[in-house]
Amino acid sequence: MASRKSTKKQDQGDKYSVLLPTYNERENLPLIVWLLVKYFGDSGYDYEIIVIDDGSPDGTLQVAEQLQKIYGEDKILLRPRAKKLGLGTAYIHGIQHATGNFIFIMDADLSHHPKFIPEFIDLQKEGGYDVVSGTRYSGNGGVYGWDLRRKLISRGANFITQVLLRPGASDLTGSFRLYKKEVLESLIERCVSKGYVFQMEMIVRARQLGYSIGEVPISFVDRVYGESKLGGNEIVSFGKGLLTLFATT
Amino acid sequence: MTKLLEWLLGVSLIGVAWGLVTFDLLDLRLPPVYREVAWPMPVYLLVAFGCYSLATVGFRVATFNDCEDAAKELQAQIKEAKEDLRKKGLKM
Ligand SMILES: Nc1nc2c(ncn2[C@@H]2O[C@H](COP(=O)(O)OP(=O)(O)OP(=O)(O)O)[C@@H](O)[C@H]2O)c(=O)[nH]1
Ligand SMILES: [Mg+2]
Repeated sequence: MASRKSTKKQDQGDKYSVLLPTYNERENLPLIVWLLVKYFGDSGYDYEIIVIDDGSPDGTLQVAEQLQKIYGEDKILLRPRAKKLGLGTAYIHGIQHATGNFIFIMDADLSHHPKFIPEFIDLQKEGGYDVVSGTRYSGNGGVYGWDLRRKLISRGANFITQVLLRPGASDLTGSFRLYKKEVLESLIERCVSKGYVFQMEMIVRARQLGYSIGEVPISFVDRVYGESKLGGNEIVSFGKGLLTLFATT
Repeated sequence: MTKLLEWLLGVSLIGVAWGLVTFDLLDLRLPPVYREVAWPMPVYLLVAFGCYSLATVGFRVATFNDCEDAAKELQAQIKEAKEDLRKKGLKM
């Protein structure tokens, strides 16, 4: 890292707040934070990382506190909540404490790699986009660790969604995105869905409200550590969510 | 207008056009060959759309990128990160 010349780009005064919701991510959190620090450090953009832990029983918060000591309280902000209240409200909670004018939303489980962050930022600056969304489905985007069944479900669900909603974005359920802060605030206010469908609703409403959307192809590597939290009846809830959006947007 | 309404509108437009030709509702005295082509049209359209869907989804599943390199890179970086974090005093 030290050998790479860092080009300071803070002149525009842009600041990026990364929201990291965590639930039992003790093993992943230090790694994702390390990678974020590495890539933000190299690119020279001003940033902060906001960890929103929902009382993880595995001690994620204690790890986060150690990270805060290592990297400083201006870089790592802890905004924990006492119990598991879900992803949507975790974002709302995080935004309230964000000081950046841009917000990154990503998972803390290492399936979203911080190496793409400079690409998100460059594309946003180039096109002045309101939202930049990571996509697994176009360009060099892709996945790792998915079997045929999962690929089929994912592609099939995406196709049906594209046909029914024509959302103007190729990856609707992905949650690696960059938003202008005020855009995220206005979107989150309007979105009522839970889980997967929440991400989908965000992008569909963004298009509906006339916000511009850029896309960056990303590689999505399935989580190495820890367990998936959404699980359960994903397909059923996806179907219900899709139909709701179909009828209401 | 919601997507649902857009779809209903589109489907009813096609339905009306189909009905007009197939049952000659406006008494246009179209040549019978029009009617013969028109009446099975909805089935043709459905079959064509079904084939298109299957082909598209099949092609996209087959060409879904497997990011082997990304996974390897991540593994290497995880190792590097763990060492560096240990040096910085993180207790896992
Ligand atoms: N604060 C908070 N974070 C959560 C909650 N549920 C999930 N998360 C975090 O949100 C991110 C996404 O959750 P995941 O469990 O990875 O969901 P997923 O990506 O659909 O599933 P897998 O990657 O297959 O495990 C992760 O960083 C989780 O730790 C919650 O209720 N509260
Ligand atoms: Mg995940």
